[in-house]
Amino acid sequence: MGRPHDLPRVVKIVDIKEENAQVRTFTLDLSVGAHPGQFVLLWIPRLDEKPFSVAFDDGQKLELSIAKVGPFTEALFEKKVGDQVGIRGPFGKPFYYELGDRLATIGGGYGAAPLYFLAHQAVQKGCTVEFIVGGRSKDHLLFIERAAALPSTQVHVSTDDGSQGFKGYNVQLLNQLFDEGLALDRLITVGPERMMKAVSDVALEKNLECIVSVERYMKCGFGICGQCVIDESGMPTCMEGPAMDHKLARRQKEFGQYHRDALGKKHSF
Amino acid sequence: MTLLAIRVANVDFPNPLVLASGILGVTGNTLKWVVQNGAGGVTTKSIWLKEHKGHPNPIVLGTEHFLLNAVGLPDAGLEKAKEEIATYLSWAETEEGRSFKAPLIANIVADTADHFAETAEAIAELNPAMIEVNISCPNVEDEFGKPFACDRNQAAHVTKEVKRRTGGKIPIFVKLSPNVSNIVEIAKAIEDAGADGLTAFNTFGPGMCIDIETAQPILANKVGGLSGPAVKPLVVKMIYDLYKAVKIPMIGTGGVMTGRDALELMMAGATLVGVGSGVYYRGAEIFDLIANEMREWCEAHGVKDLQEVVGRSHRV
Repeated sequence: MGRPHDLPRVVKIVDIKEENAQVRTFTLDLSVGAHPGQFVLLWIPRLDEKPFSVAFDDGQKLELSIAKVGPFTEALFEKKVGDQVGIRGPFGKPFYYELGDRLATIGGGYGAAPLYFLAHQAVQKGCTVEFIVGGRSKDHLLFIERAAALPSTQVHVSTDDGSQGFKGYNVQLLNQLFDEGLALDRLITVGPERMMKAVSDVALEKNLECIVSVERYMKCGFGICGQCVIDESGMPTCMEGPAMDHKLARRQKEFGQYHRDALGKKHSF
Repeated sequence: MTLLAIRVANVDFPNPLVLASGILGVTGNTLKWVVQNGAGGVTTKSIWLKEHKGHPNPIVLGTEHFLLNAVGLPDAGLEKAKEEIATYLSWAETEEGRSFKAPLIANIVADTADHFAETAEAIAELNPAMIEVNISCPNVEDEFGKPFACDRNQAAHVTKEVKRRTGGKIPIFVKLSPNVSNIVEIAKAIEDAGADGLTAFNTFGPGMCIDIETAQPILANKVGGLSGPAVKPLVVKMIYDLYKAVKIPMIGTGGVMTGRDALELMMAGATLVGVGSGVYYRGAEIFDLIANEMREWCEAHGVKDLQEVVGRSHRV
């Protein structure tokens, strides 16, 4: 009994890197032993505490790549190297894959961050990775150079406006790669839910394994507050997700359809 | 399975373990999921008449000894409650649902006795097995002042209004605060006001955890209700006292982690046993685990009917 990481550990920010106009990577002076796909809760005292997927954890330092999207992240972007924040976690299930898998990761927008962490780990376990990233334009792409530097990894880029790489959606790019003869064992996707649903459709059609990342409004992180439960199963996604087999996700009638807010009210995607 | 079956206020439960209010309980489907994990009954989160915002995060902290929470009773109000309760009750009518036979307890909260009564009346229309009246949340004191459960007259007044407006059609359980010096007096006043049962108890305190690196209270609300293993002996003692003083049945809640804990609360005087914080320590499968532990003990000790365990400490 007992889970030692469920009180925040307050640590220093040791590096802040500007990834693009919206996203900064904050490096924190601790490891939480996270695996790709898991998340942590980041605490700013007297303000709030929010979930963020782990962008990297090498056993010494923790990296979180965070977009400025609201009051909490605005306050975080005011922080400087040497300032302190609190961390709880890791929480949730990591991405599942098998040794030697031929993987494709399909990242939409900020989804590229945890997928880089995954690729970094997977290539050390004998996997090959087709690292497919999509964004609105080239200014929205993340982690392209970093991924390109990994062994056994091919980077493929799509932008909605054609400013870099393939013009169109990352799922279209994935289909094009299949048309060119790409053979894979497993797809792992992080991004907007309708995009992940489209990737899952491809996996079904091609009879491939597929892992999606189901993100809901998460508060406690350990399966008791009930904020992140999903219809139809009613299970908390902080415990049974975020990384989830796509077949399990597809059995949830709200997958790709709606999510709930802090009061439990439904909103369509 | 039948060994653990128990009846309270004319409602049959397949086992005495009910999901305590405030844990999971946001949707009808999640109540179903908890029943699939072995709960004998489930309690909704506190339902407000209208939307009510909760506190910012962190809302709950855990250690091996206790949980400290100040969730702040977030809820979208009656319309959502109707939909979610209907979702659960329609599942309960399916073949799978009927195999569990787990009653739903609707927990309600309000800022005035009138609003309690109005909410109870609306909720009664939805046909939950029972209504539990939350007059004891310690985490909204800034908003509403001391809970009704801390004052004998106010507690009785709310109970009377809720009973009046629900017309005796549905069992009313009133959830007590342990943070009073005269728990027996308050419980008697609630019994005299017509309550069909008591839920004992809401969380203790409130308490506080401070992060020593920043010297800041960790919960966004600074203070929060205490639950988990640490509170169990306090709960056992107060249930023991209440059993001697009142005739109505109790749902005993506080620090139950194992089958032995559940039996201990029942021997003190509880008929049903609420499990909440335990979900943190043993996962949602805690209901199946506790039920199995209780069944093993009962079989080993020749218990034929669980009712004979209720209040046993008072008869030896």
